Amino acid sequence: MTLMDFLNFHLVPGIVLGSIYAVGAIGITLVFGILRFAHFAHGDMATLGAFIALALVTAGIDPWRALPIAMAVMAVVAIGVDKLFYDYLKARPKIVTVMASLGVALMLRAVVQVVFGVDPRTYASGIVRPDDYFGILLRDRELYTLAAVVLIVIGLTLFLRHSRWGKAMRAMSDNPDLARLSGVDNRKVTMLTWAIVGALCAASGFMLGINNELHSMMGWQVLLPMFAAAILGGVGRVEGAVLGGLIVGIAEEMSIFILPAQYKAATAFVLLLLILLVRPRGLLNGKVL
Amino acid sequence: MDLLGLANYAVFMGILIGIYALLSLGLNIQWGFTGLFNAGIAGFFAVGAYASAILTSLPASGRLGGYELPLVVGWLASMAAAAAIAWPIGKICLRFRSDYLAIATIGIAEIIRLVIRTEGWLTGGVRGVTGVPRPFGDLDYMPSQLAYLAIVATLVLVAYLLVERQVKAPWGRMMRAIRDNELAAAAMGKQVEARRLQAFVFGSALMGLAGALFVHFNRSITPEAIDPMIATFLIWIMLILGGSGNNRGAILGAAVIWIIWSVSELLTDRLPTEIAVQAKYARVFIIGLTLQLVLRFRPEGILPERQAGAPPHR
Repeated sequence: MTLMDFLNFHLVPGIVLGSIYAVGAIGITLVFGILRFAHFAHGDMATLGAFIALALVTAGIDPWRALPIAMAVMAVVAIGVDKLFYDYLKARPKIVTVMASLGVALMLRAVVQVVFGVDPRTYASGIVRPDDYFGILLRDRELYTLAAVVLIVIGLTLFLRHSRWGKAMRAMSDNPDLARLSGVDNRKVTMLTWAIVGALCAASGFMLGINNELHSMMGWQVLLPMFAAAILGGVGRVEGAVLGGLIVGIAEEMSIFILPAQYKAATAFVLLLLILLVRPRGLLNGKVL
Repeated sequence: MDLLGLANYAVFMGILIGIYALLSLGLNIQWGFTGLFNAGIAGFFAVGAYASAILTSLPASGRLGGYELPLVVGWLASMAAAAAIAWPIGKICLRFRSDYLAIATIGIAEIIRLVIRTEGWLTGGVRGVTGVPRPFGDLDYMPSQLAYLAIVATLVLVAYLLVERQVKAPWGRMMRAIRDNELAAAAMGKQVEARRLQAFVFGSALMGLAGALFVHFNRSITPEAIDPMIATFLIWIMLILGGSGNNRGAILGAAVIWIIWSVSELLTDRLPTEIAVQAKYARVFIIGLTLQLVLRFRPEGILPERQAGAPPHR
């Protein structure tokens, strides 16, 4: 295999997949870090977001224009899910909320299956030939995906570092009681977190769909890699989620060198167990709950 | 449906309820008494099913197995296999909060599914394992079903009595102490991690046994026999609705939920085909919603956990 083949058929797909995982993992790490529970409905929220975008595309809107609308819709959906199903459990042990989120995952998936059916769908039909950039083969949608991920990560990092509400979110992640005593409104921060997480879910689902196809199990199937990415990078750390996402994505594409292709999905699980075994705080020193 | 058909159906349901009751008891050891979140129940179930099937089935070309060993060996092996998979997962994950165990068990269930589908030499791949013997399987249909029901009921009763005895013993008090206040229990010198690992492994072994009972009942197993997420979730609802922390509640929940689930399936099967598919997913939605409603309005379940020393009805 030449170097160019390696880059084009393994590294580049790994980076594209990894950056999609990164967007999902950021959402997971925000919920895990700020609201302190493992959110199992994350993948199925991504599925729902992807299918909302599909509905818009079917109505005649360009896919990349449908994305921001789908993100906005999912932001509202996520806040609604929190209000309906998670909020009243906050006085009980957090693990009960984890269970509720598993139920929500099943419910969201059932909604997608009833409304959109179970057959695979695509945003656009037809084969797209990749363009040649100095030997690296890239399709437009891959380029746009990478650009969108970079924009999302930079925007979110600036927001968390410098804005008032971003700082409030980080404060609540560090210590909720202390944050409340300092005048942070936990309720509003929770709502804001869900809005951001919902939008991120829609983005990751959409990008998964546009680079491959949409089906009702797509989100559930990427839940494990996304969790592995979040924990690998360090729970609560946005940069960590990006790093973890890229590592998991690239590792999955590389796994075919040592594992039969059927076991690609096992890569994330092995990485997860390894990091829990040797460095549970994650590569960038996150939290351990 | 005539009377005989109804009786057949009742016995059939009874056997499956017994199998689900074992799963629910296993989960009760893990969640009800110890607070461990196992989201991969279907995986342990499948491991038990395949372990017993491979050891006891008739020989077949192209896959391992056909040892035709006695049933008891198969059942013990199913428990051992499920326990052997639970042990390393628990060892790694039980140091942390139960969220991590939940993620890892979702992962292990997925890996088990992959292995079953891929490793044809071991599991027969998509064709599965057939020719699994059933005890008293040579009898006529009805006596054979009744004999199997008796076996399942006996095993559920034995499991119930053993778990109940263990929970009333000092071990059970210690487990509840660890569940309710880990720090205090640790300060009293209890080995939190080791005890949790015990509970996780015991519970998983029971789930493996349930898998073995399932495979000998059906006489075969394929990878499509169990939908991992729905099976796991049904068992969670059985335990939560019945009353986690209460073994009788676990069994009652298994009966209630399985009857509702099967009867609703009978109903949706009679719908015209255009909406039958959607009705199938609507059922899943309702199961998810049921959990939310139970968690909201009756989190202690139908039969709440009894506190030691307190009168049964508070």
